[in-house]
Amino acid sequence: MKTDRRGFLKIGGIGILGFAARPLMDVLLKGDLVEASPEADALTGKRWAMAVNVNKCKEGCRDCIAACHSVHNVPDLGNPKDEVKWIWTEPYKKVFPEQEQEFSTRGNKPVVVLCNHCDNPPCVRVCPTKATFKRRDGIVMMDYHRCIGCRFCMAACPYGSRSLNWRDPRPFIKKINPDFPTRMRGVVEKCDFCGERIAKGLIPACVEACKEKALVFGNLKDSGAEVREVLRASHTIRRRPELGTGPQIYYLV
Amino acid sequence: MYDTAKIMAGIIIFLSLITFPVWYNVVGGKAAYIPDLKIVTQEKQCVESTGYMRTNHMQLLNEWRNTVVREGNRVYVASNGKKYDMNLSRTCLKCHLNKADFCDKCHNYVEVTPTCFNCHVVPEERNS
Repeated sequence: MKTDRRGFLKIGGIGILGFAARPLMDVLLKGDLVEASPEADALTGKRWAMAVNVNKCKEGCRDCIAACHSVHNVPDLGNPKDEVKWIWTEPYKKVFPEQEQEFSTRGNKPVVVLCNHCDNPPCVRVCPTKATFKRRDGIVMMDYHRCIGCRFCMAACPYGSRSLNWRDPRPFIKKINPDFPTRMRGVVEKCDFCGERIAKGLIPACVEACKEKALVFGNLKDSGAEVREVLRASHTIRRRPELGTGPQIYYLV
Repeated sequence: MYDTAKIMAGIIIFLSLITFPVWYNVVGGKAAYIPDLKIVTQEKQCVESTGYMRTNHMQLLNEWRNTVVREGNRVYVASNGKKYDMNLSRTCLKCHLNKADFCDKCHNYVEVTPTCFNCHVVPEERNS
């Protein structure tokens, strides 16, 4: 049989279509093998927040910082330039620059600071890869798999709550907690409100570690929650609310 | 057609050169080599069937990663209805606790270098 050009192109075209059949079938007939169900105590309808009682916070005590940093494999690089921090202290006048009073003794006293898990987080807005995002329960979360280390979020965060791993952190972690991943060089990390502990029904590690009960964690949407009681009972201030970020860490000063 | 013989000879030489690595491995007996994985677990069944896991574990792990990190959901319901904690270090490595003899052997064989363990911690490897 003599094949002319038209015949050759027809057979070729049908042949190529045949190659496409398998992937097409895979897409159309894909089984639902991978599926997930929400947990019984799913976090819908919650808004996590924290209250910090600065007056109860004992000077020199670093229990919350130690607990957080050991649970989350935060490296101790021993160098303030490379420092990675999730929860740390800052002098009062730097935490509340607009609240400094000339004759107050508070000025240089340390205040515990951490990520504010803002209602309107600027870091989320600027992240080009959506590596940082706000969960429905208000936690501003990091997806280290997606972070490209551009540090836009660090520039956008008015509280300095984010740190870049300039070096491989593993050698600088004294005792690695196998339940939490370490990070790698070139990703930004921050406090995640112990999302992994909340999922198991535990309170954040810093709150648990505080013997003075200076830290109160809870659900703002629950009117009976301890954190709501604290907010009702006393005057609280937040860090730089005038910026419109809506910080969700409340300070009793 | 002109110079058929020369063109055909050229094509044959070209094809034999380009397929040389394949022939070389067939003759050397390396082509039949498959990695010898050690499964140390007593567990009969993975979270899904062995065949599914063999071809799709990367997609499954990707799915787990996105569900846990982005949706905050940590429970995986397998196709047989059993529930698992979506956790690489705890769930996967609980059975496959010999990463070097299980994960790495295949990954080295097919020359893929997943970055999972740059961050995820391998619990102390035990051999049995």
